[in-house]
Amino acid sequence: MKRFLHISIVLAGLAALLPVTGFAETPLPSIHEPKGEGVKCVKPESEMRRNHMNYILHQRDKTMHEGIRTETYSLANCIDCHVEPNENGEIVSHKSDEHFCNACHSYTSVTIDCFECHADRPQKYIKRASATKEDKGTSTNTQEGNL
Amino acid sequence: MAEQVDNSRRDFLTKAAVVGSITVAPGVFLHQSASAKPADEAVTNQKRWGMLIDTNKCAKGCTDCVDACNNEHGLTGFGRPETDAQYIRKVTLRDKQTEHELSLPLMCQHCESPPCVDVCPTGASFKRVDGIVLVDKHICIGCRYCMMACPYKARSFVHEALENQTLSAPRGKGTVESCTMCVHRVDNDGTPACVEACTAENHKAMIFGDLNDKNSEISNELKKHGGKQIRADLNLNTGVRYQGL
Repeated sequence: MKRFLHISIVLAGLAALLPVTGFAETPLPSIHEPKGEGVKCVKPESEMRRNHMNYILHQRDKTMHEGIRTETYSLANCIDCHVEPNENGEIVSHKSDEHFCNACHSYTSVTIDCFECHADRPQKYIKRASATKEDKGTSTNTQEGNL
Repeated sequence: MAEQVDNSRRDFLTKAAVVGSITVAPGVFLHQSASAKPADEAVTNQKRWGMLIDTNKCAKGCTDCVDACNNEHGLTGFGRPETDAQYIRKVTLRDKQTEHELSLPLMCQHCESPPCVDVCPTGASFKRVDGIVLVDKHICIGCRYCMMACPYKARSFVHEALENQTLSAPRGKGTVESCTMCVHRVDNDGTPACVEACTAENHKAMIFGDLNDKNSEISNELKKHGGKQIRADLNLNTGVRYQGL
Protein backbone atom coordinates (compact mmCIF):
# COMPACT_ATOMS: atom_id res chain seq x y z
CA MET A 1 0.00 0.00 0.00
CA LYS A 2 2.85 2.31 0.88
CA ARG A 3 4.66 1.52 -2.38
CA PHE A 4 1.48 2.24 -4.30
CA LEU A 5 1.21 5.59 -2.55
CA HIS A 6 4.81 6.44 -3.51
CA ILE A 7 4.25 5.61 -7.13
CA SER A 8 1.08 7.63 -7.17
CA ILE A 9 2.85 10.64 -5.75
CA VAL A 10 5.65 10.38 -8.31
CA LEU A 11 3.16 10.04 -11.15
CA ALA A 12 1.12 12.95 -9.91
CA GLY A 13 4.29 15.05 -9.71
CA LEU A 14 5.26 14.15 -13.25
CA ALA A 15 1.79 14.96 -14.47
CA ALA A 16 1.97 18.31 -12.77
CA LEU A 17 5.32 19.00 -14.44
CA LEU A 18 4.10 18.19 -17.93
CA PRO A 19 2.69 21.55 -18.93
CA VAL A 20 5.57 23.39 -17.29
CA THR A 21 8.52 21.53 -18.75
CA GLY A 22 6.79 21.70 -22.09
CA PHE A 23 6.00 18.48 -23.69
CA ALA A 24 4.68 21.23 -25.94
CA GLU A 25 4.40 19.47 -29.25
CA THR A 26 4.60 21.11 -32.63
CA PRO A 27 0.97 21.90 -33.34
CA LEU A 28 -0.71 19.54 -35.73
CA PRO A 29 -1.13 21.02 -39.17
CA SER A 30 -4.53 22.44 -39.86
CA ILE A 31 -5.78 20.96 -43.08
CA HIS A 32 -8.25 22.67 -45.33
CA GLU A 33 -11.19 20.39 -45.93
CA PRO A 34 -13.06 21.23 -49.09
CA LYS A 35 -16.51 22.47 -48.18
CA GLY A 36 -19.77 21.70 -49.84
CA GLU A 37 -22.35 18.98 -49.78
CA GLY A 38 -21.21 15.67 -51.18
CA VAL A 39 -17.68 16.92 -51.77
CA LYS A 40 -15.43 13.93 -51.29
CA CYS A 41 -11.85 13.22 -52.15
CA VAL A 42 -11.12 10.78 -54.98
CA LYS A 43 -9.99 8.20 -52.41
CA PRO A 44 -10.62 7.75 -48.67
CA GLU A 45 -8.68 10.17 -46.50
CA SER A 46 -6.50 7.49 -44.90
CA GLU A 47 -5.50 6.19 -48.32
CA MET A 48 -4.71 9.65 -49.62
CA ARG A 49 -2.63 10.58 -46.59
CA ARG A 50 -0.37 7.60 -47.13
CA ASN A 51 -0.33 7.16 -50.89
CA HIS A 52 -1.19 10.46 -52.59
CA MET A 53 2.33 10.77 -53.98
CA ASN A 54 2.06 7.47 -55.82
CA TYR A 55 -1.17 8.47 -57.50
CA ILE A 56 0.26 11.80 -58.57
CA LEU A 57 3.52 10.26 -59.79
CA HIS A 58 1.71 7.65 -61.84
CA GLN A 59 -0.56 10.26 -63.37
CA ARG A 60 2.44 12.48 -64.11
CA ASP A 61 4.09 9.95 -66.41
CA LYS A 62 0.83 9.01 -68.08
CA THR A 63 0.07 12.63 -68.87
CA MET A 64 3.57 13.61 -69.92
CA HIS A 65 4.32 10.67 -72.20
CA GLU A 66 0.94 9.34 -73.30
CA GLY A 67 -1.21 12.45 -73.24
CA ILE A 68 -3.70 10.91 -70.82
CA ARG A 69 -5.31 13.88 -69.16
CA THR A 70 -7.91 12.44 -66.80
CA GLU A 71 -8.70 14.70 -63.87
CA THR A 72 -9.08 12.21 -61.05
CA TYR A 73 -5.45 11.98 -59.95
CA SER A 74 -4.13 15.16 -61.53
CA LEU A 75 -2.24 17.61 -59.37
CA ALA A 76 -4.37 20.41 -60.78
CA ASN A 77 -7.48 18.63 -59.51
CA CYS A 78 -6.02 18.39 -55.98
CA ILE A 79 -5.14 22.06 -56.02
CA ASP A 80 -8.52 23.07 -57.40
CA CYS A 81 -10.33 21.57 -54.42
CA HIS A 82 -7.89 22.03 -51.58
CA VAL A 83 -6.37 25.45 -52.17
CA GLU A 84 -8.74 28.28 -51.40
CA PRO A 85 -8.40 31.76 -49.96
CA ASN A 86 -8.13 31.92 -46.14
CA GLU A 87 -10.46 33.90 -43.85
CA ASN A 88 -8.76 37.11 -44.89
CA GLY A 89 -9.48 36.39 -48.51
CA GLU A 90 -5.81 35.86 -49.29
CA ILE A 91 -4.54 32.93 -51.26
CA VAL A 92 -1.23 31.82 -49.83
CA SER A 93 1.79 30.61 -51.74
CA HIS A 94 3.13 27.07 -51.50
CA LYS A 95 5.91 28.38 -49.27
CA SER A 96 3.49 29.24 -46.49
CA ASP A 97 2.60 26.72 -43.78
CA GLU A 98 -1.01 27.65 -44.42
CA HIS A 99 -0.87 26.14 -47.90
CA PHE A 100 -2.69 22.81 -48.02
CA CYS A 101 0.33 20.87 -49.29
CA ASN A 102 2.95 22.60 -47.23
CA ALA A 103 1.00 22.32 -43.97
CA CYS A 104 1.77 18.59 -43.66
CA HIS A 105 5.06 18.59 -45.58
CA SER A 106 6.43 21.21 -43.28
CA TYR A 107 5.21 19.26 -40.21
CA THR A 108 6.86 16.06 -41.44
CA SER A 109 9.97 17.81 -42.82
CA VAL A 110 9.36 16.70 -46.37
CA THR A 111 10.65 18.95 -49.12
CA ILE A 112 8.81 18.72 -52.40
CA ASP A 113 9.64 20.53 -55.60
CA CYS A 114 6.34 20.22 -57.45
CA PHE A 115 5.68 23.93 -57.16
CA GLU A 116 9.02 25.02 -58.56
CA CYS A 117 7.22 24.52 -61.85
CA HIS A 118 3.55 23.77 -61.21
CA ALA A 119 0.91 26.29 -60.25
CA ASP A 120 0.28 26.21 -56.49
CA ARG A 121 -3.23 27.64 -56.74
CA PRO A 122 -6.26 27.22 -58.97
CA GLN A 123 -6.11 28.98 -62.30
CA LYS A 124 -8.75 31.54 -61.28
CA TYR A 125 -6.42 32.87 -58.60
CA ILE A 126 -3.39 33.20 -60.85
CA LYS A 127 -2.88 36.83 -61.56
CA ARG A 128 -0.54 37.34 -64.43
CA ALA A 129 0.45 40.56 -66.00
CA SER A 130 -0.11 39.69 -69.62
CA ALA A 131 3.10 39.89 -71.56
CA THR A 132 3.35 43.19 -73.32
CA LYS A 133 5.28 43.77 -76.49
CA GLU A 134 8.15 45.37 -74.56
CA ASP A 135 8.30 42.60 -71.98
CA LYS A 136 7.93 39.59 -74.16
CA GLY A 137 11.50 38.47 -73.73
CA THR A 138 12.05 37.63 -77.34
CA SER A 139 14.54 38.80 -79.83
CA THR A 140 14.33 38.99 -83.54
CA ASN A 141 17.23 37.51 -85.36
CA THR A 142 18.27 38.52 -88.80
CA GLN A 143 20.16 36.01 -90.83
CA GLU A 144 21.53 36.47 -94.28
CA GLY A 145 21.89 33.99 -97.08
CA ASN A 146 20.18 30.81 -98.05
CA LEU A 147 18.68 28.22 -95.80
CA MET B 1 -42.62 34.50 -79.02
CA ALA B 2 -42.25 31.22 -77.22
CA GLU B 3 -40.74 28.45 -79.30
CA GLN B 4 -42.84 25.34 -79.32
CA VAL B 5 -41.15 21.99 -79.31
CA ASP B 6 -42.33 19.76 -82.09
CA ASN B 7 -42.50 16.46 -80.24
CA SER B 8 -43.35 14.31 -83.21
CA ARG B 9 -40.27 15.63 -85.03
CA ARG B 10 -38.12 15.02 -81.98
CA ASP B 11 -39.42 11.45 -81.66
CA PHE B 12 -38.72 10.79 -85.29
CA LEU B 13 -35.14 12.04 -84.94
CA THR B 14 -34.57 9.91 -81.84
CA LYS B 15 -35.85 6.82 -83.58
CA ALA B 16 -33.83 7.58 -86.66
CA ALA B 17 -30.69 7.92 -84.53
CA VAL B 18 -31.38 4.58 -82.81
CA VAL B 19 -31.97 2.82 -86.13
CA GLY B 20 -28.84 4.43 -87.53
CA SER B 21 -26.71 3.30 -84.65
CA ILE B 22 -28.03 -0.27 -84.92
CA THR B 23 -27.40 -0.44 -88.64
CA VAL B 24 -23.72 0.32 -88.19
CA ALA B 25 -21.86 -2.75 -87.00
CA PRO B 26 -20.42 -2.49 -83.49
CA GLY B 27 -16.81 -1.35 -83.44
CA VAL B 28 -17.17 0.58 -86.66
CA PHE B 29 -16.83 4.30 -86.27
CA LEU B 30 -18.24 6.55 -88.93
CA HIS B 31 -16.06 9.54 -88.21
CA GLN B 32 -12.96 8.13 -86.66
CA SER B 33 -10.63 10.89 -87.79
CA ALA B 34 -12.97 13.66 -86.66
CA SER B 35 -13.62 12.32 -83.17
CA ALA B 36 -11.87 13.83 -80.17
CA LYS B 37 -9.54 11.62 -78.20
CA PRO B 38 -11.10 10.54 -74.89
CA ALA B 39 -9.09 11.87 -71.97
CA ASP B 40 -8.26 8.38 -70.68
CA GLU B 41 -6.84 7.11 -73.95
CA ALA B 42 -3.17 7.30 -74.84
CA VAL B 43 -2.08 9.12 -77.96
CA THR B 44 -1.25 6.91 -80.93
CA ASN B 45 0.96 7.07 -83.98
CA GLN B 46 -2.17 7.17 -86.15
CA LYS B 47 -1.68 10.90 -86.05
CA ARG B 48 1.36 13.00 -86.72
CA TRP B 49 0.85 16.60 -85.78
CA GLY B 50 2.41 19.19 -87.99
CA MET B 51 2.34 22.80 -89.00
CA LEU B 52 2.54 24.60 -92.32
CA ILE B 53 3.67 28.21 -92.46
CA ASP B 54 3.22 30.40 -95.51
CA THR B 55 6.03 32.94 -95.35
CA ASN B 56 4.37 35.06 -98.06
CA LYS B 57 1.56 35.81 -95.63
CA CYS B 58 3.90 36.35 -92.66
CA ALA B 59 4.46 40.09 -92.28
CA LYS B 60 7.82 41.41 -91.21
CA GLY B 61 7.53 42.93 -87.76
CA CYS B 62 4.32 41.08 -86.90
CA THR B 63 4.70 39.15 -83.65
CA ASP B 64 1.12 38.01 -83.05
CA CYS B 65 2.13 34.33 -82.88
CA VAL B 66 5.04 35.06 -80.55
CA ASP B 67 2.86 37.16 -78.23
CA ALA B 68 0.14 34.50 -78.13
CA CYS B 69 2.76 31.87 -77.31
CA ASN B 70 4.27 33.99 -74.54
CA ASN B 71 0.84 34.55 -73.04
CA GLU B 72 -0.14 30.93 -73.28
CA HIS B 73 2.99 29.67 -71.55
CA GLY B 74 3.56 32.61 -69.24
CA LEU B 75 6.91 33.48 -70.80
CA THR B 76 8.20 36.77 -69.48
CA GLY B 77 11.58 38.26 -70.13
CA PHE B 78 14.23 39.33 -67.66
CA GLY B 79 15.66 41.91 -70.03
CA ARG B 80 18.30 39.48 -71.25
CA PRO B 81 17.37 38.62 -74.83
CA GLU B 82 20.29 36.19 -75.19
CA THR B 83 19.02 33.87 -72.47
CA ASP B 84 15.34 34.74 -71.99
CA ALA B 85 13.03 31.86 -72.81
CA GLN B 86 11.54 31.92 -76.26
CA TYR B 87 9.52 29.18 -77.89
CA ILE B 88 9.04 31.07 -81.16
CA ARG B 89 11.47 33.51 -82.78
CA LYS B 90 10.67 35.71 -85.70
CA VAL B 91 13.57 35.34 -88.14
CA THR B 92 14.20 37.66 -91.05
CA LEU B 93 16.05 36.19 -94.00
CA ARG B 94 17.71 38.32 -96.62
CA ASP B 95 19.00 37.09 -99.94
CA LYS B 96 22.26 38.96 -100.39
CA GLN B 97 22.04 39.00 -104.15
CA THR B 98 18.44 40.04 -104.72
CA GLU B 99 18.00 41.74 -101.34
CA HIS B 100 14.67 39.96 -101.07
CA GLU B 101 13.61 39.73 -97.45
CA LEU B 102 11.23 37.33 -95.86
CA SER B 103 10.07 36.87 -92.31
CA LEU B 104 9.09 33.62 -90.63
CA PRO B 105 8.37 32.23 -87.19
CA LEU B 106 10.92 29.61 -86.16
CA MET B 107 10.16 27.19 -83.37
CA CYS B 108 10.82 23.56 -82.53
CA GLN B 109 10.41 21.80 -85.85
CA HIS B 110 9.16 18.58 -84.20
CA CYS B 111 11.52 16.36 -86.21
CA GLU B 112 10.77 12.74 -86.87
CA SER B 113 14.40 12.00 -85.94
CA PRO B 114 15.12 14.69 -83.38
CA PRO B 115 18.82 15.31 -82.58
CA CYS B 116 17.80 16.63 -79.13
CA VAL B 117 16.38 13.21 -78.27
CA ASP B 118 19.51 11.46 -79.55
CA VAL B 119 21.83 13.35 -77.24
CA CYS B 120 19.71 13.50 -74.06
CA PRO B 121 21.48 11.50 -71.33
CA THR B 122 18.39 11.00 -69.15
CA GLY B 123 15.57 10.44 -71.60
CA ALA B 124 13.97 13.72 -70.62
CA SER B 125 13.98 14.87 -74.22
CA PHE B 126 11.55 12.62 -76.03
CA LYS B 127 9.20 12.36 -78.95
CA ARG B 128 5.61 11.41 -78.32
CA VAL B 129 4.21 8.78 -80.65
CA ASP B 130 2.10 11.43 -82.35
CA GLY B 131 5.26 13.32 -83.36
CA ILE B 132 5.34 16.09 -80.74
CA VAL B 133 8.84 16.57 -79.32
CA LEU B 134 8.83 17.47 -75.63
CA VAL B 135 11.01 17.83 -72.55
CA ASP B 136 9.97 15.83 -69.50
CA LYS B 137 11.09 18.42 -66.99
CA HIS B 138 10.66 15.93 -64.16
CA ILE B 139 13.76 14.10 -65.36
CA CYS B 140 15.64 16.93 -67.12
CA ILE B 141 18.93 17.62 -65.35
CA GLY B 142 19.56 20.87 -67.21
CA CYS B 143 22.73 19.74 -69.00
CA ARG B 144 21.69 21.55 -72.17
CA TYR B 145 23.17 19.03 -74.62
CA CYS B 146 19.87 19.21 -76.51
CA MET B 147 20.26 22.95 -76.93
CA MET B 148 23.61 22.40 -78.58
CA ALA B 149 22.30 19.57 -80.74
CA CYS B 150 19.25 21.42 -82.07
CA PRO B 151 20.01 22.83 -85.54
CA TYR B 152 17.17 25.34 -85.17
CA LYS B 153 18.24 26.95 -81.89
CA ALA B 154 14.72 26.17 -80.72
CA ARG B 155 15.33 25.43 -77.06
CA SER B 156 15.73 27.68 -74.05
CA PHE B 157 17.04 27.14 -70.55
CA VAL B 158 15.30 28.61 -67.54
CA HIS B 159 17.93 30.49 -65.54
CA GLU B 160 15.75 32.16 -62.93
CA ALA B 161 13.41 30.85 -60.25
CA LEU B 162 9.88 31.44 -61.46
CA GLU B 163 6.56 32.15 -59.80
CA ASN B 164 2.96 32.34 -60.92
CA GLN B 165 3.29 29.84 -63.72
CA THR B 166 0.17 29.08 -65.67
CA LEU B 167 -1.74 25.92 -64.90
CA SER B 168 -1.25 24.35 -68.30
CA ALA B 169 2.42 25.26 -68.79
CA PRO B 170 4.54 24.20 -65.82
CA ARG B 171 8.08 25.55 -66.15
CA GLY B 172 10.88 26.10 -63.70
CA LYS B 173 14.50 26.90 -63.06
CA GLY B 174 17.17 24.48 -64.18
CA THR B 175 15.29 22.80 -67.01
CA VAL B 176 15.29 23.11 -70.78
CA GLU B 177 12.10 23.92 -72.61
CA SER B 178 10.80 24.60 -76.08
CA CYS B 179 7.66 24.76 -78.18
CA THR B 180 5.30 21.99 -77.09
CA MET B 181 2.99 22.50 -80.05
CA CYS B 182 0.59 23.46 -77.23
CA VAL B 183 0.24 19.79 -76.36
CA HIS B 184 -2.25 20.61 -73.58
CA ARG B 185 -4.55 22.14 -76.18
CA VAL B 186 -3.95 19.48 -78.81
CA ASP B 187 -4.87 16.70 -76.35
CA ASN B 188 -8.19 18.46 -75.83
CA ASP B 189 -8.79 18.71 -79.55
CA GLY B 190 -7.54 22.30 -79.71
CA THR B 191 -5.21 24.30 -81.90
CA PRO B 192 -1.83 25.73 -80.83
CA ALA B 193 -2.04 29.30 -79.51
CA CYS B 194 0.20 30.71 -82.28
CA VAL B 195 -1.94 29.28 -85.07
CA GLU B 196 -5.10 30.44 -83.35
CA ALA B 197 -3.75 33.99 -83.01
CA CYS B 198 -2.50 34.11 -86.60
CA THR B 199 -5.91 33.00 -87.86
CA ALA B 200 -7.81 35.28 -85.47
CA GLU B 201 -5.85 38.28 -86.73
CA ASN B 202 -6.78 37.19 -90.25
CA HIS B 203 -3.18 36.64 -91.41
CA LYS B 204 -3.86 32.97 -92.01
CA ALA B 205 -0.18 32.20 -92.44
CA MET B 206 -0.21 29.10 -90.23
CA ILE B 207 -2.07 25.82 -90.55
CA PHE B 208 -2.04 23.12 -87.90
CA GLY B 209 -3.18 19.57 -88.47
CA ASP B 210 -2.59 15.87 -88.84
CA LEU B 211 0.01 15.06 -91.49
CA ASN B 212 -1.09 11.41 -91.56
CA ASP B 213 -4.68 12.30 -92.41
CA LYS B 214 -4.77 12.68 -96.17
CA ASN B 215 -7.99 14.68 -95.96
CA SER B 216 -6.80 17.25 -93.45
CA GLU B 217 -6.37 20.86 -94.52
CA ILE B 218 -2.63 20.73 -93.97
CA SER B 219 -2.18 17.56 -96.04
CA ASN B 220 -4.26 18.96 -98.88
CA GLU B 221 -2.33 22.20 -98.89
CA LEU B 222 1.01 20.36 -98.81
CA LYS B 223 -0.12 18.12 -101.65
CA LYS B 224 -1.28 21.04 -103.75
CA HIS B 225 1.44 23.60 -103.12
CA GLY B 226 4.19 21.74 -101.29
CA GLY B 227 6.16 22.83 -98.27
CA LYS B 228 9.86 22.96 -97.57
CA GLN B 229 11.80 21.86 -94.53
CA ILE B 230 14.42 24.16 -93.13
CA ARG B 231 17.77 22.37 -93.42
CA ALA B 232 16.20 19.51 -95.34
CA ASP B 233 19.76 18.26 -95.90
CA LEU B 234 19.82 17.00 -92.33
CA ASN B 235 17.10 14.42 -93.11
CA LEU B 236 15.21 15.10 -89.92
CA ASN B 237 11.76 15.02 -91.55
CA THR B 238 10.43 18.01 -89.69
CA GLY B 239 6.79 18.33 -88.70
CA VAL B 240 6.88 22.07 -89.37
CA ARG B 241 7.01 23.00 -93.05
CA TYR B 242 7.33 26.33 -94.83
CA GLN B 243 6.04 27.75 -98.07
CA GLY B 244 7.66 30.60 -99.96
CA LEU B 245 11.25 29.99 -98.88
